[in-house]
Parts: sequence; C-alpha cells; structure tokens
Amino acid sequence: MNGFIPYIVFLPLLAAIVAGLVNKSAPSVFAKSITTGALFISCALSWPIFLGFVSGSLSEEVVPVLTWVQSGALSFDWALRVDTLTAVMLVVITTVSALVHLYSWGYMEEDPDQPRFFAYLSLFTFAMLMLVTADNLVQMFFGWEGVGLASYLLIGFWFKKPSANAAAIKAFVVNRVGDLGFMLGIFGTFWVFGTVSIPEVLEAAPGMSGATIGFLGLRVHTMDVLCILLFIGAMGKSAQLGLHTWLPDAMEGPTPVSALIHAATMVTAGVFMVCRLSPMFETAPVALGMVTFIGAATCIFAATVGTTQWDIKRVIAYSTCSQLGYMFFAAGVGAYGAAMFHLFTHAFFKALLFLGAGSVIHAMHHEQDMRYYGALRKEIPFTFWAMLAGTLAITGVGIYHLGAGFAGFWSKDAILEVAYGRGTELGNFAFWMGTLAALLTSFYSWRLMFLTFWGKPRWADSHHIQHAVNAGHDEPDEHNPPKQEDAGQDVKHAVPSPHYDAGTAGYHPHESPISMLIPLGVLSVGAVLAGQVFAPTFLDDAAFWGQSIFYNEPLIHAMHNVPYLVKYAAFIVMLIGLFVAWLAYIKDTSIPGKAAEQLGPVYRFFYNKWYFDELYHYLFVVPAFWLGRQFWKLGDIGTIDRFGPNGVAWVIEKGSVGAKKFQTGYLYSYALVMLLGLVAAITWVLF
Amino acid sequence: MEFPILSLMLAVPLVAAIACLFLTASSARMVALFATLINLALGVILWLNYDIGGAQWQFTERAQLFAGFEYALGIDGIALMLIMLSVFLMPICILASWDGITKRVGEYMAAFLLMEVLMIGVFAAQDLFLFYIFFEAGLIPMYLIIGVWGGDNRIYASYKFFLYTLLGSVLMLIAMLWMVNEAGTSDIPTLMQYDFPVGAQLWLWLAFFASFAVKMPMWPVHTWLPDAHVQAPTAGSVILAGVLLKLGGYGFIRFSLPMFPDASADLAWLVFALSMVAVIYTSLVALVQHDMKKLIAYSSVAHMAIVMVGLFAFNVQGLEGAMMVMLGHGLVSGALFLCVGVIYDRLHTREIARYGGLSINMPKYALFFLLFTMASVGLPGTSNFVGEFLALAGIYKVSTFVTLVCTTGIILGAAYMLYLYRRVAFGEQRNADAAAMTDLNAREWAMLAPIAAAVLWMGVYPESFLAPMRQDIAALETRLASVAPQYDSELTVGTPKDHAANFVAASHEGEGEH
Repeated sequence: MNGFIPYIVFLPLLAAIVAGLVNKSAPSVFAKSITTGALFISCALSWPIFLGFVSGSLSEEVVPVLTWVQSGALSFDWALRVDTLTAVMLVVITTVSALVHLYSWGYMEEDPDQPRFFAYLSLFTFAMLMLVTADNLVQMFFGWEGVGLASYLLIGFWFKKPSANAAAIKAFVVNRVGDLGFMLGIFGTFWVFGTVSIPEVLEAAPGMSGATIGFLGLRVHTMDVLCILLFIGAMGKSAQLGLHTWLPDAMEGPTPVSALIHAATMVTAGVFMVCRLSPMFETAPVALGMVTFIGAATCIFAATVGTTQWDIKRVIAYSTCSQLGYMFFAAGVGAYGAAMFHLFTHAFFKALLFLGAGSVIHAMHHEQDMRYYGALRKEIPFTFWAMLAGTLAITGVGIYHLGAGFAGFWSKDAILEVAYGRGTELGNFAFWMGTLAALLTSFYSWRLMFLTFWGKPRWADSHHIQHAVNAGHDEPDEHNPPKQEDAGQDVKHAVPSPHYDAGTAGYHPHESPISMLIPLGVLSVGAVLAGQVFAPTFLDDAAFWGQSIFYNEPLIHAMHNVPYLVKYAAFIVMLIGLFVAWLAYIKDTSIPGKAAEQLGPVYRFFYNKWYFDELYHYLFVVPAFWLGRQFWKLGDIGTIDRFGPNGVAWVIEKGSVGAKKFQTGYLYSYALVMLLGLVAAITWVLF
Repeated sequence: MEFPILSLMLAVPLVAAIACLFLTASSARMVALFATLINLALGVILWLNYDIGGAQWQFTERAQLFAGFEYALGIDGIALMLIMLSVFLMPICILASWDGITKRVGEYMAAFLLMEVLMIGVFAAQDLFLFYIFFEAGLIPMYLIIGVWGGDNRIYASYKFFLYTLLGSVLMLIAMLWMVNEAGTSDIPTLMQYDFPVGAQLWLWLAFFASFAVKMPMWPVHTWLPDAHVQAPTAGSVILAGVLLKLGGYGFIRFSLPMFPDASADLAWLVFALSMVAVIYTSLVALVQHDMKKLIAYSSVAHMAIVMVGLFAFNVQGLEGAMMVMLGHGLVSGALFLCVGVIYDRLHTREIARYGGLSINMPKYALFFLLFTMASVGLPGTSNFVGEFLALAGIYKVSTFVTLVCTTGIILGAAYMLYLYRRVAFGEQRNADAAAMTDLNAREWAMLAPIAAAVLWMGVYPESFLAPMRQDIAALETRLASVAPQYDSELTVGTPKDHAANFVAASHEGEGEH
C-alpha cells in the first residue's frame, strides 16, 4: 500500500502544473476536473494506508525519490516517509483538500480565474504532503515554505483588493519570522548531531539531553535551545501568540482556502512538527514548558478575541487559533497522541464550520458581518444542520458516563484531562486556561449560531444584499465588510432597521448548490463520528503510534485517573457558555450592547485583538521604513557618496584648478621653479 | 596536447566582436547571437568533458610570452561553474538588447562580446598578471556600455563605477608585484599553495580586499552599484549583476582565502561586521525604493553579504553555499533585471508606482516574475535557497550571532520583494498605458524560460552544480583548516538525563524525581 505514496504526493503537483499552465486556454472545467480528480485519487489512496496503520498491517517505510544536497557532512535527499503520524496527516490533508476542491466548484462558480484558483489549491496540497512525508528537516522546511507560498497566493487570490494583498504579504513575512527560528534550529541540529535526518536525530537526542552549547555568547542547554528555535518556526506557521497576527487577516482569501489552509491543514503544521520531533522535545524541559505556556496563552487569548468579532470568518479564525493552542499545550505536557487526535477531529469540524460559513456567505451575497444575518435557519436548512453539527463538535458536547459525544468532546476533553493529570504547575495553568477557553468557545460558537440562524432577519441594511436586490444579478462583488468602528456604534447596527419589511429587504437567501452541500454532509459525518470511532486508537493505542511519536504510557494512565469533576469540567463550562449566549442573543438582545458599554475598556481590548496589530505596526513596520529612508538619504547619499566618490571628485576638481595655476606657460615662472629645485637639490647633496 | 577549448572560447567572441564593428545593425545582432550561442555550446562541451574528481586543473594551456609572463589558462570546478554562468547569460543578454538598442548597434554588440572574452578570461586565467589584465579590462566595455547606451544620468554613473573599481585595482596590482617578487612565480596554482609570511599577508589581504570588496560590492563601497544598474541598459544590468559581481567573490575564493589564510582568519571579523551591516542596511534601503532597478540592486548587496559570510565560515558548507548563492544570484538577479527590462521596453519608466495590476494584462509575465521573486526570497526548491541555506548553515558553526543577523535577511528580503511584486503585479490597473501593455513575446519567452528552468534545476537537483566544485572546495577547506576559527557554538556533551521531560511515574501521582 505504501507504494502508492509517490502518486498521493505527486498527482496534485502534476495537476497543479497542468491546470496552471493551461490556465484559460481551455474551459475552466478542464482545470477543475483535473485538480479535483487528482485529489480524489490521492484521497482514495490515502485512506487504505491510514486504515492499514490502524489495523497494524502496515509499518513505516521511506521511499527515496532523488538526491537533493550533499555538502560535506550535510546531506539530505528528497524522500517520502510513511509512518503512523504521516498516515494521519495524509487522510486529513487529502480528505479535506478533495472536499474543498469539490466545494469550490460551487463556491467559485462565477469567478473568472478558476483555473488559477484550483492550480493553487493543488499546489498547496502537494507542498503540505511534502511537509508531512519529510524524512529530514530540510524537506520539511521545503513543504513548510511551499505551503507558505500557496497560502500567500491564495490569501491574495483576489489581488485587486488592497486588503487581500496586504494580508498576503503579512502572512508571508510573519511566517518568515518563524522560519528564521526554524532555520537556525536546523543549523544547530546539524552541527550538534551531524545530520538533519529526522530518525537519526531523534535517536541521538536523548544522548544530548545533558549537553550544553554556546548560543549568542551564552552557554545554554543544547536541546532546549534547539527545540525552542524549532518551536518558533511552529509558532509562526500555527499562529501562536506573538506570531498569530497574520491568521485573522488571512481570512481575506476565498472561504474554501480558509477551510483547507487556515483551519484544517497548514496551520496545524506546527503541531505536526512538535509531534514529529517529540522524542527531541522530550529531552528539552524548558522548551516543552514554553510550548505548554504559549499554547495555553494562545488558547485563552484567541478565545477572548473571538467573543467580540462580528465577521463570521474572523470568529472562526480566532477559534482556530485557540484550538491550535489546545493542541500545543497537549504536546507540551507530553500527550502527543491527544494533540494529534485534536488535530484530526479539529480538521473535520473546523473545515465544516468554515465551509458552512462559506455557504452562508454564498447565500448572503458575500456579506460576512453577522450583524446582517439572522433567521437563516429556515432559509438554508442544510447549511444550518451542518453548522450545528460543527458547533456541537467544537463545543465538545458529550457525556463521559454514556461514552458518547461529538468529535471535539473526545479530543478536547482528553487534552484538558491530560493537562490536569500531568500534575505540574504549568499543566494546571494549561488546564485552567483551557477550561476557561472552553467556556468562551462555547459562548462564541453559539453566539455565531444564534446571530446567524436565529432571531429576526437583519440583512436589509447590508450593502451586499442591497446591491444584490437592486442590481438583480448574481455577480459577486468585492466583499467589503463594514469598517470596524467603536463598540457603541457596532451594537446599534445590530438593531434591525425598521424601514424594511421584516428586515429582509425582499431578499431571500438561497441554499448552496449540491457541490457545496456534499462536502458539508461528509464533514458533518466526520464531526459527529470521528471522535467516537478513533478515540481508543489515537489516545490509548501505543502500538498504533509505534515509534512515530513519543508515547507516554503512564501519562495516559494519569489522564484516565483524573477526578470526575475534571472530566466534567469541559461539559459544565460548555453549558454555561451556551446559556450565556442564549441569554444574550436570543432571550434579551439588548444585553450585548449593555455589557459592551459596562465593560468598556476590556471590551475594546478584546475587540481590537489586544492591540497586537497596532503594537507591531509601530514597533516594526514604521521603524523599518523610517530606517530604510534614513540609511538611504543620510547614509548612502548624505555620507558615503558625499565623502566618497563625490568628495574625491570635488578634491580632484579643486586640485586641478590649483594645479592649473602652475602651468602658466610663462618661461620665467618655469625658470624660477627650476632654479628653486636646483638649489634644493644641491643643498640636499651638499649637507 | 589537448584541444585548446578555452582559447577557442576566447577567440570566438573576440573575432565576432571585431566583425560586429564593421557590420550593419541587423547583421551585428545575428553575429553576436550566433557567436554567444557557439560559446554556450562550447561551454556545454567543456562541462561534459570536465572530469569530476580528476585533476584539479583541467584544460590547461600554457604559452611562454615574455619575462615570466605566461599565457596560462586552465579551470577547476569553481571556474567551470562561473564560466557556465557567463556563457549561459550571454545569449540572453544579446536577445534582451535585440529591440531596445537602436544606436551604434555594432559597437554595442562588440562591447558585449568583448565583455564575454574578458569574463571567460578572468575565470580561466592561471597567471596572476593575465588575471589582472582580464579583471581590469572588464571595466572598459562595462564603462562604455553604461556611458554610451545608458540612461539620462549615465555619465555620473559610469564615472562613479570606474572610480570605485579602479581605486582598489591599483592597490591590488602593487600587491601582486610584491607577491611575484616574493614567490618567484606568477602561476596562480603555485601561489595558492605558497605560504606568504604572516606579517605580509595582512597587507596583501587588505590590498586585494580593496579591489574585491568594491566588486562584490560590500557595504560601504556599494553605492556605485545602484547608480550603475539604474543607468545601464537592461543587458548591462544583467551582466553586471549576473557575472561582474561574482568577480569579487571569485577573487576571495581564488586569492584571498587560499593565498592569505592567516590574514583571512584574522580579518574575518571585519568581513562579518560589514556583511551584517550590509544585510540589515541594504535590505531596509531596498524596502523604500521607488525605482525597480535600484531596489533589485540593493537586494544584490544584501545577497552578496551572505556570500561573504559563507566564504569566511571556512568550512565546506559555507564555501559551497557561497558558490551556490553566487550562481543562483547570478541567474535570479539577472532574470529580475530582465523582468524590469520587459516592462521598461513597453513603458520607458522604472518607477514602481507607474505599474500595477500587471497580472491582469500580462499573466505569463506575472508568473515568471513571481518565480524569480520567490527565488530571490530564497524559497526552497529554487536555486537561491540551496546557497543561502548552506552558507548560513556554515556560518552557524562559527558564530550564531552572525547567523542570526544574516538570517534576518530572509524576513527583510521577503518584505521588500513581495512589496515590489505587489505594487507591480497586483492591485488595480491604475494607469491606462500600463494596463494596455502586451504579454511576453516569443523573444522574451526565449530569454526568461531558460533561466526559469535553470533556477528550478539548481533548486531541486543542485548536485549537478555541486559535484564539479566538491573537490576544489574540499581542497580549499583543507588549506584553511589550520586557521579555522574557534567557534562559539561549541558543544559540551554532558550526562544524559534519566527521564524524558514529561516523565510521569507509573504510580499515577506526582512526577518524576528530576
């Protein structure tokens, strides 16, 4: 079965190249068919591999492809590694990608640049597959940067929009900050271990656990510094606190992109990396502490911001950021299986939520502001049910004693339990942050549901809807979310305008086409069942993981033996979040406005995303441009040129004016100079 | 005696150059293209016949001229790769000038062909004075290309170029005379093994440094480059960025490092300091440029700084990385200047703000431009990644601090290149004339497609390029081994810990005893 791995990886590349080069010289259905077809084949080939690892009939294998670089002791090749960890990622990537390709047939229907879009999607999938099949750190970095490129291209897909371009550059550059850490980590790893081959490094890592190394003039623990450097890379890709600012802006891309790249696959690459290198991280207690802390902090940070956003995609984006935090602190406390399990279930329910949101946006003529939604339950019932399944999954609905629950219940609860069961202070910190974030998750998820599907229609005031009604055609206009104003005004907008009948302005949203509904249906099944079916395998089956991650058996026992209150904590806070959301957005819709007013500064702090964007703007962007101008005008032109070539020229010019005076042409002046010279020479000879 | 292929590669463009002087414009173009293609074919033959792992110096030719001055040619793998770069870029330069140059075409083509002679000569010369002649004579055609066929401010640019580059040369010549006097030979391979007195090495090194640092160019003697690029015609920029900048790096790898190893080690701090400044400084300056060519010129300075730190890492990775950056940068920056030239030919401005939204009317152009932008940014899978990665990996062993500072170049590089790409290719079509520009024609395809293929080849399978140089780099590393610096990332292996960090005692309570 493993023999199919080259096809799984390279079919999407081939499809991307063909679709991209043919571009518009063939009808767009050609590019769409070839890319979608390739992805479905990859997907069909991936599942047997995954199931083979679940049943234990397959073992790890490395398929060599081509020599890459050999430079002294540093050598790395193109090779495709398949083990349990890869197999998990394979099904996640190919399944979500195939479904997103299919979904895009409907979602991108009216876009003139469809071949380009599908080519980018397939290119992304290829890069992501290269990342997860990497057998050495450099190929992982290749995939890492490849997905970054695809992400850049897809965020900026609607390249006429300044906001999309800015978001694309931001995503790439912020990720590069992480990549700096990743690269330094690879360099350090090479000089410490003499190799960048992942299995060789992992094998040698425990032997280095007591070693120290020089770094920036300090002496530090070798493994800690290497793992922290690598983790900085993971922070960039997985949008962890500090390097997260690009992810919400990445929502400028088309929604299928958000589902595939910025929810299910690319952003989980950091988690994958930490799990892939788990034996290495297990030799680095400080680095793991950092992973735990950053994960927990991101988890709570993103959840607080998510509660205040109005753009449906941004809410889900912050939710993604928050869920990634869970995965990281799970890894940080040593539960790599739980981290991967949450990655697995999250891929299904978060892709579902994004694609559901896309279906809503499609129905609402590219309106993304939830203040202009309402009562869509009856208008787009299929989307509603799919979103409900996703919400039940992300909020972790399930009852421990019944042994039944939606996907998120299994994975998120396991993470909270293991954090508690770990028994360290950081573990407890992560547990409490995670539990609080679970409350907020429940609140913002239900807030999203209630604002979108319940209540009364409020879409009369939406420019997009007005445009659609007045123009009477279906052309998608550049989506243009209302400017984020200050809190007071925001809430006023939420009150339906009285001018239009029932707030609909005579517009009736339509359900999405079948190509969009099939992926929603399939992912709903995943969101409902993925946890139930695979929990025993991912969490408790040491044989399933084999050598692919560091499997900590006693920790899993500790996880199962936490008090019942801990096991029910997530469920209880979920109910609280649901209740508050219901109270505020169904029972009495004046509460959010009052609460925002009461909480003034806190609300604005959350609403403005803790002011990270502003901070970075004034800390990095403005000084960079200022310094650039100073170096150019004052440094190059004002100093180097002035005193360098121009100065030399000036001296020569002045000097030649002076020299000219000696060449008067008068015989007597020459004679005088000769005489003086002669006197000087004689003087010198004589004395 | 072997077939004198190197001499033939010098003769073909030389004869063609003389012929061009007497031909009409259209025939001069054809002759120049034909001659450069022949040289490319000869280059391929050279590469195919180069015996990897064989003698260090191959295709050697020697003829005694006068007073110990020898006509001596021969190449090792390093020279081979740089000759390949030159002969590969030459036909593309001729194509790039096909329509753009209308006055004095014959002289123009002659200047380019002469340039090719001198470039190949520099890399193939085995005699110190022969090298010097080729090295310095290269200034003349470039001076003419900028001064005669350049932009509005060409006189200032050409004199600045000449002044800067000549200044160092004088010192280098004096140093060479001293060396020949001391060692009793002007044979480069012999001199590479000669141990000069440590005290003298310092001065010799500085004299060579004065010349090579300008050619590189290193900060702060880089200001001639942006002006020269801006004023030079497209093909002039391509050769300038593609090959002439590599003369500095070649000088370091051929002369400074093997001939003055002790001085190189002693003064490595100077190189590191200047390179670190260059990476940050010129990257930030690139960020605020309004002129496309200036932006790419400043980015070249930043890239060349990576070459410098790679060379002075004194290990295989650093040296091979430096060579790969030189080759990759030669292709990519050349291609970027061609990309500028393509739209300059249509709109006659390099002002970034005059463009915008070119992806709409020039999708094929936008694709090429994107590829070269990404290569310049050092995306894995392209030529520049391999070089930058190896060079930075090499320097990590010597100094983590230098690595940290230089690696920020990948962030800043992404910022200024993507910012450029966004303003040119993305966004709305702001100007009607820019929006009316046509996509690439066949000639422009023929220029860009081969470079694109080479960039990807070098990125995916760099072994083709690393293999010929391996032995020579290893020899150089051996030569430098005795002076290799103490590195600050020194590892001390301690006692491994008993438990993994997340060790949990099987009792389900508490944690391990660490």
